[in-house]
Formats: sequence, structure tokens, C-alpha cells
Amino acid sequence: MNAAPVAHGNVTRRSLTILGLDRRLVPLAGTLALFVAMIIFGAMSYKAFLAPQVFLNLVIDNAFLLIVAVGMTFVILTGGIDLSVGSLLALTTMVVAALIEKAHWNPWLVMLLVLAGGTAFGAVQGFLVHRYRLQPFIVTLAGMFVARGLCYLIDTESIPVSNPLLQQLAYARIPLGGRVAISSGAIIAIVTVAVATWLAHATRFGRTVYAIGGSAKSAALMGLPVGGTLVRVYAFSGFCAALAGLVMTVYMLSGYSLHAVGLELDAIAAVVIGGTLLTGGVGYVAGTVVGVLILGIIQTLVIFNGTLSSWWTRIVVGILLFVFCVSQKLIEKRASRASAPSSEKSK
Amino acid sequence: MATGDRRPVLEARGIVHAYSGKPALDGVDFCLRAGEVHALMGQNGAGKSTLIKVLTGVEPLQTGSIILDGAAIRPASTLDAQQSGISTVYQEVNLCPNLSVAENIFAGRQPRKPWARGGGIDWKQLNARALELLARLDVDIDVRRELGGYSVALQQMVAIARAIDISAKVLILDEPTSSLDSGEVAQLFQALRKLRDRGTAILFVTHFLDQVYEICERITVLRNGKLVGEYPASELDHAALVSAMVGRAVSNDFTPAARVAAESSQTPAVLSARGVQRQGGVSRVNLEIRPGEILGFAGLLGSGRTEVARLLCGLDSPDDGEIRLKGVAVTMHEPAAAIAQGVSFCPEERKTEGIVDQLSIRDNIVLSLQARLGLWRKLSPQHRREITDRLAKQLDVRAASLDMPIGELSGGNQQKCLIARALAIEPCLVVLDEPTRGIDVAGKQEIMSLLIKLAAEGMAVVFISAEVEELLRVSSRIVVMRDREQVGELPGGCSEDQVYALIAAPAASAPAGNAA
Amino acid sequence: MKSLFRHSLAWPAVTLILLLGLNAVMNPGFLALAWRDGHLYGSLVDILNRAAPLALVSAGMTLVIAARGLDISVGAVVAISAAVAAVIIGPTGNLGFAIAGALGVALLCGIWNGALVVGVGMQPIIATLILMVAGRGVAQLITGGQILTVYYAPYDFIGNGYLLGLPFAALLAGAVIVLLHVLLSVTPLGLFIRAIGINPVASRIAGVRAQPITLCLYAFGGLMAGLAGLIISSNVKSADANNAGQLLELDAILAVTLGGTALTGGKFSLAGTVLGALIIQTLTSTIYSLGVPPEVNLVFKAALIFLVMLLQSPDFRATFKRLPVRPPGAEKTS
Repeated sequence: MNAAPVAHGNVTRRSLTILGLDRRLVPLAGTLALFVAMIIFGAMSYKAFLAPQVFLNLVIDNAFLLIVAVGMTFVILTGGIDLSVGSLLALTTMVVAALIEKAHWNPWLVMLLVLAGGTAFGAVQGFLVHRYRLQPFIVTLAGMFVARGLCYLIDTESIPVSNPLLQQLAYARIPLGGRVAISSGAIIAIVTVAVATWLAHATRFGRTVYAIGGSAKSAALMGLPVGGTLVRVYAFSGFCAALAGLVMTVYMLSGYSLHAVGLELDAIAAVVIGGTLLTGGVGYVAGTVVGVLILGIIQTLVIFNGTLSSWWTRIVVGILLFVFCVSQKLIEKRASRASAPSSEKSK
Repeated sequence: MATGDRRPVLEARGIVHAYSGKPALDGVDFCLRAGEVHALMGQNGAGKSTLIKVLTGVEPLQTGSIILDGAAIRPASTLDAQQSGISTVYQEVNLCPNLSVAENIFAGRQPRKPWARGGGIDWKQLNARALELLARLDVDIDVRRELGGYSVALQQMVAIARAIDISAKVLILDEPTSSLDSGEVAQLFQALRKLRDRGTAILFVTHFLDQVYEICERITVLRNGKLVGEYPASELDHAALVSAMVGRAVSNDFTPAARVAAESSQTPAVLSARGVQRQGGVSRVNLEIRPGEILGFAGLLGSGRTEVARLLCGLDSPDDGEIRLKGVAVTMHEPAAAIAQGVSFCPEERKTEGIVDQLSIRDNIVLSLQARLGLWRKLSPQHRREITDRLAKQLDVRAASLDMPIGELSGGNQQKCLIARALAIEPCLVVLDEPTRGIDVAGKQEIMSLLIKLAAEGMAVVFISAEVEELLRVSSRIVVMRDREQVGELPGGCSEDQVYALIAAPAASAPAGNAA
Repeated sequence: MKSLFRHSLAWPAVTLILLLGLNAVMNPGFLALAWRDGHLYGSLVDILNRAAPLALVSAGMTLVIAARGLDISVGAVVAISAAVAAVIIGPTGNLGFAIAGALGVALLCGIWNGALVVGVGMQPIIATLILMVAGRGVAQLITGGQILTVYYAPYDFIGNGYLLGLPFAALLAGAVIVLLHVLLSVTPLGLFIRAIGINPVASRIAGVRAQPITLCLYAFGGLMAGLAGLIISSNVKSADANNAGQLLELDAILAVTLGGTALTGGKFSLAGTVLGALIIQTLTSTIYSLGVPPEVNLVFKAALIFLVMLLQSPDFRATFKRLPVRPPGAEKTS
């Protein structure tokens, strides 16, 4: 029998690469290129733009968005969506402010409580999605209403936070050498990103998330725990929203029902611009980080410009979403032409 | 090759299985031995897929016993079956195209680093083990690349690698070659032989007769849920295999004269196809269909009959070749275009491609006609009622009311409604894919009488059926398909033996197709 | 029980009647209607008037959802349409031009959505997300970031005027929905939409051209949002790019669902959707009259969504049907 290897790379039919990159890396490469281009544009236009503190402020001012977007990345990787995160974040700020300022509970206990609560909130949504096969969109939409409504039940006014521990956390700046410093919220965001990256790439849980996004049917037939993973993914997103709520309470030093209105859209935009496919299965936590930074840079550029109005941020984000979605679709079409019908998704 | 004395690995005894009371398997015995490739053959509805589902835990075992390595098992799920040593690879690769090759092999079983080193997945070991595993199948690819970028054949290999890494005892391949080209099939078979030589028991399900003889040592044939027999491949020739599958004697010697096409008719063709083909569908089809003619399509399941019909009716676009309607070359990228030209299609898959199940019977019947009339010419209620009443009567649709949802009808009546839909546009050509499947004897008779009547009225009819006897009763000519190719054409008055002989003919002696 | 389930309008109608009844019990003057200054006055008239924009948007959404689509950009389109109308009417005072401009832009928005879904092949939720995100920015761009106030009597009539003693907005919405209903009955459009929603594959094989139809449905959805934008901005005499039509897409989806249209496509009921819109508006009024903070409305809506979607889920109903005997393999996701 001829034992010579039969299938070298060049024999593989239409093996899909673009400019020598694995298909999974193409969207991420686009995101990075955009990020670099924006920095270059910023640096050429404004002298102060390249100051290290400008970049750190990107993280500091967007810490809560970063945390929420990381949770959203996991949900979108499974092919789902979580619209409840903005409201859940606001609810967390309200609960924290009310329990600490009005009921005078121990702040540490309150923090643990809201983290557990956010996780449970997400887990219930995940359970509904998995067990009753409801559309993630509609389940989390209802979750969004519930969380926002509960906010108003607590109080319709803003609750200022004067607790010394939270004040301390808010004003703490950890120097990084030179004349730059970073906030506690930013550190939490960075730790979240690190943990999420590890979860996504080095654990069976993370790989199952990717498998579900690739094909939920195949994942089930391969014996992967699809249901449990879905519940945990939404629970993780809920946890992230609660954590971001803590960060925002500290950042704003208040709890308010109208905090983070529309944040879910920003988070989704950041994830998509970060190169994660909305159909699931392809994307990186690192991409989401870049996506959040791009959103931050757009804002910074608009501010630096001075004459541009703030709504340009939304329009530019919309245009970026459009460009990324259309190019994702094109890549997808190329892929489905190139590979087998088996790669069809089961919806 | 003496395989009868090998050790049995997987045995099934007296399997009886019914779906909601309807028997699908009736006392089937089956034995798979170590180090053999064993073919499971049968017509549509013979019970092959039910048997596989029972063996692999997709369907719970109802009656009978499954013995693996001497111990009785009752697999409760595919995972359960896999863990006890029975792995299945399907035609549609059940892997995740977005994960790397290596990950697909080890998904859910990834090797992990010790906690001292972080406890994460050990990617190095993962990739090395994947490489090593694939090397055992003579496959050398970059295992870090995503699976979706590789061909179906390689994806099948990866699925096999995953299966044998879990357990190399029993491997079930359910129509793995349906979408592979001949080179890829050779590659797959080479890997299978290696596995077989190492002692894996392989069950191979296929529709391609030639492949059975190429790789299998023994053949088990099922028919109508019953075991016909188990034979060494060397003792069962093509004709004997086909006759075991269809349940009647098939002679091996056909007279070439019988295949001369009866194309003396002078009437211009309604539809003609020249060299029409589609990759992954069928190759080089040449046809002429005249008014008043019933053109039968014979062939085993998977022989390419449906694929031809889809090309003729605009469901798929051909890669090459020319289709002419009444002498004019046409391109039909949409079924709507074919319907506009008076070509209507009645699909084989009633539930998924035919009925719109929550709509009423009347709406289902007029759907094509209304689509052709367009948005601004709605059928008046009286007209709609007249048409549906007339067609329902003509086809003898039995329903409490024609306003009830079509989904509540029996399969036979749904089929009649679909034929009614096809006829409602008053087509010049109607293509019926397995219109008699799953219908009782009386219903079949009605449908066939109807076809003859339609043809007598001058309509051209294409009739696709697995039942050769039915084809012979109504067809003016019969086109025979095998392994996605048109292998010949017989005149209407030929015998069943002639058709079966052509269906079963081994590739080497197959005629090069229709002379027309 | 079963026969109640049967008629698709039974549930929304019962819900609406119960809500109205609750109001009548708690507020004896609720059902009263009075004739003053040649107008009809009363809580019911008020509800009709306020429900008009939602009913219009929901009617468009009904058809989009029936054909297996979704449009989450309607709130943003409302803002854009309001902004266009306000910008045109301010300097020119030309009512016809303003209306045509607003509706034209809204129609373009709908066509854009439809082109992304049909032409590019995006999932509907993603395609319309783009306009949802960018739309409010565009609206602000048009208004220059200001809340434009419109004091122009003829324009004011759209949202606040009375015709034949009834609120013009309600009459307008009613007329449009009746026209739509007529269109659906004199053309086979309803049949095609249902067929596409129930079984797209079979519909294609039967010769239904789904693509142009779907595109038109999104365009129509945009147009309805544009009309709603005119009514809303006229009603409050201003165009607020940030808040006009805020969360309207969610209310519209809720109204459609409450009306018995399946989110998975196919079966739809225009009348049910109108009832759904009325339920939502009545709920809002009820909460106002109860003295509960109006924002709590959201929790009630959420409860309604959960209830409706669980009742629509076959898996949920199955749990209750065969609670005693559930075969071990039955929970497999396949």
C-alpha cells in the first residue's frame, strides 16, 4: 500500500486564506489596521494626542464599557445576543447606592451581593434561552425592561454615593511611572480582560463556546455540554454587567436609573468592530478590547476636534458597523463557496 | 477472503423497532466483525437508517439486544454509544467548521496542563496528538488551521480521526461518499483499509454499488424492515445485490438492442437538455421531452434523479450545458422563472419543500398559480374556489374541508394537493419527483391513471420513481440513472429485467449514455 | 380552554377588556365620553390618540416579522423623520414639502434596511441594528443637536387636531391600517407573506419571489415609522433627536407579539397588532392613573413579554403536557 501522505496543504481544495492569514484572523487584522490608522491620524492632527495619559484615559473612561463588552463577546460567540446589560448595569448602581447609602450595609457585602445577583439574572436568561429555545434577543429584551423597571422602583432620582470606601476607590490613582496613573476601575477592567482571554482560549468552557457558535448541532453531537455552557455564558455576561455597574458606581459616585442607557448598543458595536462575527464562532476578546478603544478614540478625536458635534460619534460608529458587517458577510460568502455544505449553520 | 471466522465485535439480535406504532425494523439480526468493512444496503424505507440509529443510541432500543464485545449494551445517547466504543461519521460532517482541525478532534477532551502550569489547555500536546492521529490515516495537514477551510473529504477524515481516538472498536460511516469526487473517495478508502487492517470493525452505508465492491468484504441487505441476508461480497454480484434489495430476480444479461431510444416522433420537444451538469449534482444530462409523453426516471436512491429534476425546474442552476424550452434556450435561476414558462415541479420532500403547512389546502393549491399571476391579479374568491374544487375533485383529495390547514392531511392527500398545485398553472411540462412515495396502493393507482390522462391531453410529464414496476406501467420512455450519471434510456415497453440490469450494471460495462 | 386559544384575537381582546375594566372600576369616569367644543373628550379618546403612532409602527413591524424579519431601527427612523419635517417646516412653512420630505427619507431608511437584508443577506436584527445606532446621530445632525420646536398651526393639526370630532392622528392611523388591510385582501400579498414566513423553501419552489416582497415590507416599515415620527413631533410640537421614538421598536415588537403574531414568522394578524398597541397604551394610562411611577410600566411590559413568549414556546407547553413521563433523551438539543 502506498503510505505516502496524500493531503498536503496544497492539495486541500480552496483552503481559505486571505493574504496568508487564517480566515479567523482576518476581521481582527482589519480592526487592528483601523486602530493604528486612527492613532496615526490623531497624532498627525493633534500634538497632544500621543500623550500616554490620553491612552490610559481611554481605558479609564471606558472601563465599564470594556467589562460589559467582554461579557457580550462570549454571548455573541455562541451566536446569541444580550440586550439586558445596560439596564442590569444601571440596576447594579442603584442597588449598590441604595443599600450602602440608605440602608448602610457593609460595602463589601453589597458588592458580593450584586455580583451574585447579576450572575443569577444572566443565568435565568440563559436558562430560558436554552431550555425553552426562546430567541436570545427577545429574552434579554424582556430582561432589559425588568432591570430598568426595577431601577425606577428603587428610586427615580439619582442617589449620590458618599461612602468613604467608594470615595477612596474613586479617587485612587495608581501611578505607573512617568507622570501617568490609572484608576481602580481600569485595573478591574484589565483583570477582567485577562481572565476572559484565559477562559476563552485555555479552558474547555471557552472552546465549547466557540464550538456552539460554529454549529450548535454539531457541538451537541460531539457530546459537548451545550445547555450548561449557554447558561454559564449568559451568567458570565450578567456578572460582567454587575461588575461594570460597580465600576460605574465608583466612577460616577452615584446610582441612577438613567445610567448606561443604550450601553448594550455600544457594547455590541465594540464587539462587532472588534472582529467578532455576529453569527457566532469567530472572534477574540483581544479584538473586543481594540473595538472598545476604537470607540473611545472616535470620541477623543471628536473632542480634540472641538468643532465636531458629539453626534458624529454615533454616525461614525454606525458607518463602522456597516463596513464591518458587510465585510463579514463577504468573507462568509467566500467561505461557504469554498467549504462544504456541512458548514451550514443550524439555526 | 475468509472473514466469517473473525471475532464478532458488534451484534444485534432480533431488533424490532417501530415509530409511533409503524414498524420500521422487524426482527433484524446483524453481525459486525473485527477488521472488516461491512456494507449495509437497502432501498429507501428498508430500515438502514433506523438500524443505525438504534445501534448508535439516537433511537432507544425497543426490542432485541445489542451485544458489544460479548456484553449487552443499551446506548441511551450518541455520547453513550461513543463512550462504549461505537462511533458514527455522517455524510454531513458533524464538526465545527470554525474550530481548528486539532480542536475538532479533541473537543471536550482537550489535554490540559497541570495546575502548576496554569491548568489551561495544552495546545502543544493537542496539536502534536492530532498530527499523530491523522498520520495514522495518511493525512498530513496543518492541524492548527480551521476545519472549514478544508475539503469535505478531509473533514470526513478529521471526523474519523475523532471517532477512532475515542474508540477504535466500531466505526459506522453513514453515506460518507455522497459529496466526494473519485479522488477523494480513493483517499477515504485508503484510510479505511488502514483502520480495517488494525482491527477496527467498519460499517459502511452507501448508495453507490461500485464502492461496495471496492471496499467491502461482506454485505447485509435489508428490505421493508426485514433482514434479507448477509453475504460475502465475492459471492453476490451486482445483479444479485440489486435483486436482493428490490426483492425480485434481476437478470444480468440485458440486450443492448433494448436500449435503443424510441425517438422517432417528429413533434418538437417541450424541453430539451444538452450536456447539462452541475458540480456535486449530476454530470452531462441529455434529454428530450415531447408533448403527450411520460418520461420515466429510474435509478436507486442517490443516483441523481432528483438532481436532474431540480436542474430542469430552476431550483438549481446548471454549471454547464443548455436547456431549451419549446426550442428557445432559457436560463432559469429561480423556480418562479420555470413556472412562468409553464414548467412545474412537485418535490419529493413533501414536508420541507412542498407544503406550507399552516396554510389552507386551497391556499396551497393556488400558491404557484397566484405567484405566477403576480401581485396585482388576485384570483377572485369564486375563481379560487372553482379551481381548487375542480382540482381537488380531479385528484380526489379527501379532506373534511378544503379550508383546513394542509398540515392536518394525511401524506397521500398532501401529495395530491401538491400535484394539484403543479397542475393549477396549466403547465406544458410537469416534473413529479416520487409522487407515489408513502401513499397507499389505491392512491398510487389514481396518481398513475392521472399521469396517463394528462399525457393524453398533450402535457409532457417527467415521472421519477424508485418503483420500476410503476415506471413501466405509465412511461413512454425510461431514462436510467446510476451514480449521478445518465447511463441509458429504454423504450416504454421494455421489461423490468432490462431496467434493473441497467440500474445494476457495473461501471465497466456501462454504456456511455444516451446516443441522442 | 382550547377553543379560547383557537381564535387568535381572543387573548388580546380579553386582555384589553380586562385592562379597561380595571380602569373603569378604579376610576368611574374612565369610560365617560363628553362632547365639548365640537370634539369628543374622554380617557378612551385619549388612549386612541396616543396609541396612533405605536399602532402605525406596529402594523409595519407585523408584516416584517410575518416574513421572518425584524426591524429594530424604527425608533431611530421616527427621530429622523421628525427632524426632517421640523427642519423643512421651520424656514419654509411649506407643510406638503415637509411631509413629503420626512416620509421620503423614512422610506429610504426602510429601503436601506431591506437592501441589507435581501441584497447583502444579513440577519435582520444585525442589518437594522446599523440604522438603529447611526440613526439618532443622523437625526441630531439634521437638527444640529437642538430640540427644534415647531409652532406652525397646520403642522400642529397632525398630532393634536380633530376631524369630525375625533382626534386626527387616530383617524389617520385607522385609515392607513384599513387601507393596508384592504391592500392585503385585494392582492395576494398576505398569502405570499404567510407562505414566506411559514416555509421559505417551499414558497420559493412554488414560485413565490420572496426577495422583492421582503424589500417592500422593510420599505413599508420605514414609511410607517416616518408617519409615526410626524405624529409624535407634531403632538409635542418639537423634534427631539435623542428621545423621539425612544424604545419604540421594543413597544412595537411587544404589540405585534401580544396581537398573536408569531415571532418566528408566518401567522400574522393586523387586527391583533392594533389590539396589542391599544393594550400597551392602556397599560401606560392605567399606571399613570394608579399613581405608580410611570417608569414601572417597563416591568409590566417585561412580564407580558415573558408570559407571551413562554406561551408561544412549544417546548414550554410540552413541559406541562408530558410532565409525568419525560423520556431521558428528550432534552437533546438537535
